[in-house]
Amino acid sequence: MKIFIPTPLRPYASGKDTVKVSASTITAALDELTQAHPDLRKHLFTTEGKVRSFVNLYLNDEDVRYLPAKEATAITDSDTLSIIPSIAGGSQPRQ
Amino acid sequence: MSTLRLTRNLYDAIRAHGEETYPHECCGALLGLLTPEGWVVSESIRAGNARTDSAHNRYLISTAEIVKIEREARSWGLSIAGFYHSHPDHPAHWSLTDFEEAHWLGSSYVITAVAKGKATETNSFLLAGSSEEDKRFEKEFVQVEDHAPGEESASDWTGSTTVSEEKAR
Repeated sequence: MKIFIPTPLRPYASGKDTVKVSASTITAALDELTQAHPDLRKHLFTTEGKVRSFVNLYLNDEDVRYLPAKEATAITDSDTLSIIPSIAGGSQPRQ
Repeated sequence: MSTLRLTRNLYDAIRAHGEETYPHECCGALLGLLTPEGWVVSESIRAGNARTDSAHNRYLISTAEIVKIEREARSWGLSIAGFYHSHPDHPAHWSLTDFEEAHWLGSSYVITAVAKGKATETNSFLLAGSSEEDKRFEKEFVQVEDHAPGEESASDWTGSTTVSEEKAR
């Protein structure tokens, strides 16, 4: 599968915007990605190994959080995985 | 200090978006190419504000929309250079919420103040740093060009204006 690397993480993936991996699940794909590019790990995962709260994963056009098997979802070579840090803000401080 | 370069048309379009959505915050993405001096923006894409519960002082671009925007950027050979949003009746400076919710390191965050429906100041802040732990906003120089890069000879760049110069007029 192809993993699309967002602009802010490309410096930690040898400047690549796309990384190809051959894995059977989303978790395995992320493992392969971070083994090839270890500097990505701290940007994607907490110290407990969970995907950071502001990191969104999209398998093709589906939010991985809402897939029945989530990150254990099986994938094929034709799938794409997008890594998307969240985008939000606003003029007022949080209450 | 890094420089965000964009054409007059894009600059005006971003500000017009903020006026159109007033009193709500507008938001969108900026697409371009990175140079040693900073981002050169060549496209902007409007996004919907997903924070319908508090659109007057919050914005959120849905991930589904960003996936589509990034797909478009790739098809054009561009990258997401940053994002823009408006501050209705609030200064064009990042807020604590803007900072806490900013995760695109190396990207430009453009903010336009819209006072009583009229766009006033527009500023850009680069999210600098190498991680969530040391991130910081650094004010950028906003360079508004009358022509897109490549459309004019180098000498024409002298005809461009910066936002700070514009305010002084």
